[in-house]
Amino acid sequence: MSRGTLLDLIYLIAATTFIIALKGLGSPKRARMGNVVAAAGMTLAIVATFFHQTSDGHSLRHIPLILLGMFIGAIVAVPAARFMQITAMPQLVAIFNGVGGGAAALVSITEFVHIHAEKPATYVTLEVLLGVLIGTVSFSGSAIAYAKLQELMTGRPITYPGQQIINALFALTAVALIVIILITASTPLLWVLLAVSFVLGIIFVLPIGGADVPVLISLLNSFTGLAVAASGFTLGNNLLIVAGTLVGASGILLTRMMSAAMGRSLANVLFSAFGSVVASSSAEREDGRTVRSGTPEDIGVLLAYSGKVVIIPGYGLAVAQAQHVIRELADELEAKGVEVLYAIHPVAGRMPGHMNVLLAEANIPYEKLKEMDEANSELTTADVALVVGANDTVNPAAKTDPGSPIYGMPIINAGDAENVVFLKRSMRPGFAGVENDLLFDPKTVLLFGDAKDTLTKLLAAVKAS
Amino acid sequence: MTNAILQYATVFMLSAFVGIEIISKVPSILHTPLMSGSNAIHGVILVGAMIILGSATTTVEEVLGFLAVILATLNVVGGFVVTDRMLELFKSKSPASRKAKSEGDAQ
Repeated sequence: MSRGTLLDLIYLIAATTFIIALKGLGSPKRARMGNVVAAAGMTLAIVATFFHQTSDGHSLRHIPLILLGMFIGAIVAVPAARFMQITAMPQLVAIFNGVGGGAAALVSITEFVHIHAEKPATYVTLEVLLGVLIGTVSFSGSAIAYAKLQELMTGRPITYPGQQIINALFALTAVALIVIILITASTPLLWVLLAVSFVLGIIFVLPIGGADVPVLISLLNSFTGLAVAASGFTLGNNLLIVAGTLVGASGILLTRMMSAAMGRSLANVLFSAFGSVVASSSAEREDGRTVRSGTPEDIGVLLAYSGKVVIIPGYGLAVAQAQHVIRELADELEAKGVEVLYAIHPVAGRMPGHMNVLLAEANIPYEKLKEMDEANSELTTADVALVVGANDTVNPAAKTDPGSPIYGMPIINAGDAENVVFLKRSMRPGFAGVENDLLFDPKTVLLFGDAKDTLTKLLAAVKAS
Repeated sequence: MTNAILQYATVFMLSAFVGIEIISKVPSILHTPLMSGSNAIHGVILVGAMIILGSATTTVEEVLGFLAVILATLNVVGGFVVTDRMLELFKSKSPASRKAKSEGDAQ
């Protein structure tokens, strides 16, 4: 067997591990195994590539430089991924996705420079240009997504007059540039395309609100996959085509599943600048309605003498890193014979599964985490709904107010419980920028402050009662 | 059109269908780990970056290829480590060993 054939065989094995891995990642039992399998396949493919023969029959050149590049990449990536706070996971995924898109674009550009002298076939140039366009959009788009999540810039949608038209013009310019480069084979124009793609990625992401950014990251992840597949076409490498296409195709489907979990379509997520306007109904809010705020002692007694408490966590819990305190509170309540459950909204926090990850870290048993439908039937018999740092996911406007931007999103019916307790940092509306009528409900009590502080006080109050 | 491009197009089509089939039913709690896992998998662009840098004959190609290797390594290494860290938290019945870790870093 020749060296090339052996290499192709190893790539085939690696591609198979990626399929097994993605399949595994979709099931709770095999997810971890899936990731390990993919990592093993990836290691195999990378080691094998050192034995690659270039098209002119040479062995791989610049091996020390390759190793140096890998070393630099690894010493930056490992600590960043290991020691970043759990709440910063979404940003990390965004940034690692962005650099992948950038790498794919660079591979395409370099190959274009490399083969340019040989007057490549039109379809080869097309593959290069698509790789550059998609990879660069993913790179700059992910950078903005990172900035939004990391709060380096406002999480609110950024809109300006004629935005859709300007964005469409940029997209058309990119397409026109591709056509012109295909005809003229001009290298300088390639750099123009690079610049246009870069700007396109930014302006595409600007109008998307912070709450929708996870869906966006999933879409950009899928883009990077397609850019990798395009590089695979250019290089004639089956592994890149298979892996890139797998991610591209499954990523689009995953993106649609994530928007469906918010009760919205993907187009609505991408183009509606969701959350930019504080809902029309908020105007009538200046009518002097008052909220009732309670003391930790009152609420502690209320909790301690309940039969069933449903905890509804949100992003505030993650920000305050209060997962361990909430578990202690739940343990204390259970010791007093109170039934405690957790209601998990599919998009609570900043990413689907955010709350599960967070609560799992505090070793809260799986069985106590109830998905939305089950949680809603539990809430009808609950004495207290304890909302910790959540807002939009329990906002009844999603069901009752057709004028509200979150109308149609499935919510957790916290209002069905006998009493509602909100632990909030302030009266500020949630991420979607919508007022929550439930706060003004007579059966609602508010306790302001950082979730960790207020939960600690509640814990003391429950212990004392 | 050569035979090679048709072959690649065949691989592309089949992979697209496989990609859609394999993730048809994913519980919402696994959306994020799945995204992160597939993020790591497209880090396979490192193979392309290695080939590019390994075939470079001019300084421009060397610089671009070197950058590509760094970025791709960030993607692949970071992707797998983050996914592993996420999934680590899903082990439901493990001893409470990492409890003290994330205390005290609020805000």
